[in-house]
Amino acid sequence: MTTLYWEEEIETLPRVGLESIQLTRLKHLVARMYDTVAPYRAKMDVLGVKPTDIKSLADLQKLPFTVKDDLRDNYPFGLFTVPMDQVVRVHASSGTTGKPTVVGYTKKDIQTWAGVMARALTCAGATSRDMIHNAYGYGLFTGGLGAHYGVERLGATVIPVSGGNTKRQITIMQDFGSSVLLATPSYALNLADAMAELGVDPKTLSLRVGIFGAEPWSENMRDEVERKLNIKAVDIYGLSEVMGPGVAMQCLETDRGMHIFEDHFLPEIIDPDTGEVLPPGEQGELVFTTLTKEAFPLIRYRTKDISRLIYEKCACGRTMVRMEKITGRTDDMLIIRGVNVFPSQVEHVLMGVEGVEPHYQIVVNREGNMDTMAVNVEVSEAIFSDEVKNLEKLTRKIQTDIKDLLGVTCKVQLVEPRTIQRSEGKAQRVIDNRKI
Amino acid sequence: MRVEQIAVFLENKSGRLAEITATLADNSINIRALSVADTADFGILRLIVDDVEKAKKVLKENGFTVGITNVIAVEVADRSGGLAKVLKTIEKAGLNVEYMYAFVNRSGENAVLIFRFDEMDRAIAALQQDGFTILSGAQICAL
Repeated sequence: MTTLYWEEEIETLPRVGLESIQLTRLKHLVARMYDTVAPYRAKMDVLGVKPTDIKSLADLQKLPFTVKDDLRDNYPFGLFTVPMDQVVRVHASSGTTGKPTVVGYTKKDIQTWAGVMARALTCAGATSRDMIHNAYGYGLFTGGLGAHYGVERLGATVIPVSGGNTKRQITIMQDFGSSVLLATPSYALNLADAMAELGVDPKTLSLRVGIFGAEPWSENMRDEVERKLNIKAVDIYGLSEVMGPGVAMQCLETDRGMHIFEDHFLPEIIDPDTGEVLPPGEQGELVFTTLTKEAFPLIRYRTKDISRLIYEKCACGRTMVRMEKITGRTDDMLIIRGVNVFPSQVEHVLMGVEGVEPHYQIVVNREGNMDTMAVNVEVSEAIFSDEVKNLEKLTRKIQTDIKDLLGVTCKVQLVEPRTIQRSEGKAQRVIDNRKI
Repeated sequence: MRVEQIAVFLENKSGRLAEITATLADNSINIRALSVADTADFGILRLIVDDVEKAKKVLKENGFTVGITNVIAVEVADRSGGLAKVLKTIEKAGLNVEYMYAFVNRSGENAVLIFRFDEMDRAIAALQQDGFTILSGAQICAL
């Protein structure tokens, strides 16, 4: 089988050539950031770094990090480097205290994004002849539209089916002949189960490959999806701050890692505690510098995702470094059915309900293929009532408020005071029972 | 004319009711009447005891969430139709019963009905007007 490339020359460029492109772009980026983004210039000044200090890729280490709080502090558009009349689109993801993280794109950014996404689709063997079933959510979330533009760039046919209405999705797969599926892995399993229920044999479908991302998933889950849907399942990585889907993509020749499109996204692995760059191959926090973004470039953005970089040659011929499947987080962020959830957001909701003390615990389980979140809340005297209906009203209110703020349905359970485990005086806020 | 009732939050797990009754027993508190309201996820234990303040104190010390609410205790003859008559009065007055439970006193002649209404004052007035005997907390403990 011959490997398909979207942009063969750049994707297979010897690393020396790639690094020379990266350095040129990095120098240009740092100079532009220093000139146009006051908060980042201030950070550089504190460290005494000038754009002219960047003479090699190793000098990247001299530059200050960007963290999610920087995005929140400059909400909504404070870190954009171009006037708003050049911004053609915004996306947003949930933040730690209810305020979302907003990202912006120029016309050229959208083109760049479509390009890397077309590369990603090609990595999975998709061509212009494919019928691509895009079940990522459309909207502020980058998944749906990000993938959509990539499919159009590829010249394939996109079915913008978005999430939900599983039965209709299966009918569409049968009638339209969907050959590539884009979805969260848990939704893919849902589709498989719904097919089994409806008596639809996946072998009768045209589905060949599934591109899965936006939530953590295990190798076991990959095996299950492949078996149940009779497809090859590959991994895609992205985050809205850096671009959206299409930052890195697994090719068909390896089960180990995703190629990072390094001419656009420069990766580093750091020790999350010291911030030091770790030697190649070591596990640590993944950090990205966007080399080509116009509206919202980032220098050394700490993703809080734990991974490692694999520099070994890949059988597909791509020279771009691979990142290992995300194995964890450096913070307490949870991903529930594709939605980012921070315990502090749940706390924020609870504090807003009169009389509720913020003694709570989040319990995450995977029931069947779906992640479930339960919030246990200790019953204080202030909220206790001798009447069942009052307590039920309270749990419903907390449930609704969490749904409104976080977009996640959860079960609220009242528990007796001081029953939530505390270790060294600090409550254990999250119990994640998922085996990922 | 009102009786103080202790309500305790109960998580649905085995042994909690036993712990509460043991705590009360250790402190020589006598339970005159009780009921448990249960849902799929939690329960509420309601108690009429001989020493409300002490019961509240010891239960709180043992980590329970405790509330005190006022209820009405109505004494009726322990025979067929006793409760029906009371409820007829309640219905006539257009009152809602939030919950109720009952016990029979030691002599076995009378039953005591414990009521929680949405409008307690109106309930007392309606019951008194129809000639029902409303017991105080002290009277219940003396039964």
